[in-house]
Amino acid sequence: MLAVDRLTRSFSGLVAVDDVSFRVAPHTVHALIGPNGAGKTTLFNVVSGLLAVSGGSIHFQGIDITRLSAHRCAALGMGRTFQNLRVFGEMTVLENVLTGMHPRLGEAWPWTVLRLPAARAEERAAQDKAGALLEMVGIADHARRPAADLAYGDQRRLEIARALAAEPALLLLDEPAAGMNPTETAALGELLQVLKGRGLTILLVEHDMSFVMRLSDRLTVLNFGKKIAEGAPDAIRADPEVVEAYLGPRVARRLLQEAM
Amino acid sequence: MDDLLWAYQSLFYSLGTNAILALSMFSVLQLGQLSLGQAAFMGIGAYAGSLLTLKLGLPFPLVLVAAAAVPALAALVVGGPTLRLSGVHLAIATIGLGEVLRVLYINTDWVGGALGLSGIPRRTGGSTIFGLLAVLLVGFVLATRSKIGRACEAIREDEDAARVMGIDVTAYKMTALVVSAGLAGLAGALNAHFTSFISPGEYGFETAVSILSYAILGGVATPVGPVVGAFVLTLLPEVLRPLHDFRMVFNGLIIVLVVIFLPKGVLGFRARRTG
Repeated sequence: MLAVDRLTRSFSGLVAVDDVSFRVAPHTVHALIGPNGAGKTTLFNVVSGLLAVSGGSIHFQGIDITRLSAHRCAALGMGRTFQNLRVFGEMTVLENVLTGMHPRLGEAWPWTVLRLPAARAEERAAQDKAGALLEMVGIADHARRPAADLAYGDQRRLEIARALAAEPALLLLDEPAAGMNPTETAALGELLQVLKGRGLTILLVEHDMSFVMRLSDRLTVLNFGKKIAEGAPDAIRADPEVVEAYLGPRVARRLLQEAM
Repeated sequence: MDDLLWAYQSLFYSLGTNAILALSMFSVLQLGQLSLGQAAFMGIGAYAGSLLTLKLGLPFPLVLVAAAAVPALAALVVGGPTLRLSGVHLAIATIGLGEVLRVLYINTDWVGGALGLSGIPRRTGGSTIFGLLAVLLVGFVLATRSKIGRACEAIREDEDAARVMGIDVTAYKMTALVVSAGLAGLAGALNAHFTSFISPGEYGFETAVSILSYAILGGVATPVGPVVGAFVLTLLPEVLRPLHDFRMVFNGLIIVLVVIFLPKGVLGFRARRTG
């Protein structure tokens, strides 16, 4: 589905992502974890085309997307959300989702502008679909409200609905559970399970470890821009290097000694 | 009596051309792009149109097409390097364009130099100006209500998020700039063909700010806003004629008050796009 090979991204001397390779298998949930500043969000921005690569390559569904810009990646079937909420605040909730359908709606000119019957039918169908997506993430009641008025957790759900609007094959979620209470996190977990059940592939950055461990099929661990481990949740939990990256060498040693 | 009539006819025509300039400003502002090159593009259109009429004697409709096309082409050339700029940087770069052109006009005898061009035949009529304005306004309203309007608003609110939604932000910005340049050029040529005289000083910074103030007063939530803003700000100096030299103070005061109390303009409500 997604193949990242020897990917490097540096910012004037600082190497934020350093020679990272991993593969995301279709129909799985793949998590990217690591301490703050490990380069996870930079990696997301490079993969989704918002940042240019400094080295290495990215393939998506067999297509080389290394140098493709973000809107081309989106059109190929890549959807994403942002760590800091980035809903279009002045638009209504429904319009946010309709904006997400941009690449799936017909040519802009001149039919849609003149509101010919075919274009109107398409717009109506798009609104119905957007309504169904809002239903699925559980914020359909708020469809006509400005997005900025939504509660924090609901804005996160809206971002997911908006990212799903273009029917992506791969969904990139940057800390979807950040700032959510346990109930909201549990609901989010269920939603992601449903999406996975529908055949979607999910790549996820998340700090909530129990959430990640429960949901993920595979994890890649980054520290200081480098990949330090990759494997199934159980293997990662027991990996001494990962524990050390999170807790520092001293605590890690003590924990391991206690475990023995 | 004839003088009075002529004066008011000229004011009436200015309402129309200023409204077209306001739409030209709307075209870029709706994407959150602050261009102060509208006056420069207007000047290119005015000079191109006037020269085609004076030197080649082309029919007026053809002159108008060329007056829109030449600044649109200029925008294509200028757009490449400047669209990567944003905010204040883009504003400064586009002011620069206006200044470069002004000096160019002054030093080119072929276009009249510092004296400008005079004796441009009066070809513009109210029906041409307001007919074009109506067509353009309807076009803008329809576009704003379609997926194009949605994409523009998305770009204005959050460029990166818009990119991730599959919106080709660069293409939208370039198109908006080209359209806005074409409209400014059209307004410039219409204007030149009823004032019968143009000079390099008319298309400088002051004009750029006036055009911007139409959009600020009206707000950019819908294309109707800037048009209303242009009407108000064109009529205001006439209404305030008794205030003599203090007219411009009053004008400025209104802009300041709008920015402070109505930051989205007097017509700040959003376009209805769904339902």
